Amino acid sequence: MRIDRKELEHIAALARLELNEDEILQSAEQLSQILDYMSVINELDLTDCETLSHSIGQENVSRPDELKPGLPVKEVLENAPEALPPYFKVPRVIE
Amino acid sequence: MRMIEELRREIRNIEQFNIFTGIDWKWLEKHLERQEKLDGPLSGKRIVIKDNINVKGLPVTCGSNMLKSYKALYNATVIEKILAAGGIIIGKANMDEFAMGSSNEYSAFGPVKNPVNPAYVPGGSSGGSAAAVASGIADYALGSDTGGSIRQPAAYTGTVGLKPSYGRVSRYGLTAFASSLDQIGPITRTVAQAAELLEIIAGHDARDATSAVQPVPAYSKFLTDKPKKIRIGIPIELLKEAIDADVRSAFEKTIDTCRQAGFEILNVNLPNSRYAIAAYYILATAEASSNLARFDGVRYGYRSQSEAKDISSFFAQNREEAFGQEVKRRIMLGTYVLSSGYYDAYYGKAQKVRRLIYKDFNTALSKSDLIVMPTTPTPAFRLGEKCDDPLAMYLNDVFTVAINIAGVPALSVPMGKTEAGLPMGFQIVGRPFQEGTILQLGHFIEEKNE
Repeated sequence: MRIDRKELEHIAALARLELNEDEILQSAEQLSQILDYMSVINELDLTDCETLSHSIGQENVSRPDELKPGLPVKEVLENAPEALPPYFKVPRVIE
Repeated sequence: MRMIEELRREIRNIEQFNIFTGIDWKWLEKHLERQEKLDGPLSGKRIVIKDNINVKGLPVTCGSNMLKSYKALYNATVIEKILAAGGIIIGKANMDEFAMGSSNEYSAFGPVKNPVNPAYVPGGSSGGSAAAVASGIADYALGSDTGGSIRQPAAYTGTVGLKPSYGRVSRYGLTAFASSLDQIGPITRTVAQAAELLEIIAGHDARDATSAVQPVPAYSKFLTDKPKKIRIGIPIELLKEAIDADVRSAFEKTIDTCRQAGFEILNVNLPNSRYAIAAYYILATAEASSNLARFDGVRYGYRSQSEAKDISSFFAQNREEAFGQEVKRRIMLGTYVLSSGYYDAYYGKAQKVRRLIYKDFNTALSKSDLIVMPTTPTPAFRLGEKCDDPLAMYLNDVFTVAINIAGVPALSVPMGKTEAGLPMGFQIVGRPFQEGTILQLGHFIEEKNE
């Protein structure tokens, strides 16, 4: 499985990553190699096999919908790159 | 006060191993004052916490530039339990970035060195946790294990590492990597300590919907009970993998010891284990690409200083500048296997392989009580040896990843050293929620090796 440049740029865009030229070249090589290895699962006939998403039988775990205190806004904003209490501040992205 | 001076001195002595992402001495002073008043099973015991688990008031960096200045606003459930038991948290342990790695070389804080021999890696991703115990600075450590991240570093550093059953320990307050596989567990010097710490941290937690409701047995009691008849299964297909000669001979020697002690040894089959690494790296990267989408530089984490031309490039710049190479590689892989046109060929198939591997373990563990194998195919490798070859690094996980896929518990216990003096690990796998039986055999092997 060979990943070409166009595909790699598409995946990077989906993942919100901006790869530089070196990273693109290196990733094309390494990801192709890893995907080649992963194709070993194609040896298996999986037609009648059901999927499994996790190993415990629990399903639809629910809890009462009760109001509980959240984290204090002041403390939360201390972790923000930029804040204008009580808001997170972001650069203008719409002209 | 005396304890803090002792700690300062001892931590200076082990600085070369780069075990910690940081120690907040001011926080520690207050913490000591509070904890010294408590009388609990962990009173006076030093514990190191992997830096992807929240300890309120301390940074939780996940070994990443993304979270270098991020402070935990609440305690993880496991931390609440350790605090209530009187434990002393001395610091946060270095790790592979976001727990992605098998050597602790992928950390924004630099690699951890193996205290047994600093030219070698301590394993990963819980490398700092294992090194803390191996160096003697801590009595216990907490790690997290998604594909071997507790057991492999334990094997490489000559310590004991336990990955509990999926759901046994609450993950509330653990930074998610691959949510269907992640589990928190202890790294300690002895099996008895692992049993003791598991007993404290295990149990149902309403704040983690995947945590199991099964009652928590007194694990330590299994060690004093005389081992009953335990049937030990040898996975014949899996042992055909390439295994280092020293590791193979130590493994066989340990099996002989078990046989002579009267344990029944039988062959079991895990026919689909050769697909485990491929399935694991599809499932784990897929889940990681989704879990790590939250790191966008808006509410917390790193934000780029460059001007962004639009909202997508704002996110992309923040992520591109803060994430390390291996994290980006896995996000790319995960995004690829989930993307339109490839989903069925990779992720869909891997979810089916998960069912096959799960069934394999179920069947094998109905014939035997435990399954044993080496924890890793080789002892620790040298720093720098594999960091440019991600696939070689992944293949190193051949004996550990299937266990997370099946959700079963497993312990790595030391099985001596190679001729070069590097520790090796013996892995014991059990039925879901039967950690007691695993600890029992582990304790037996530990005593025989003394």
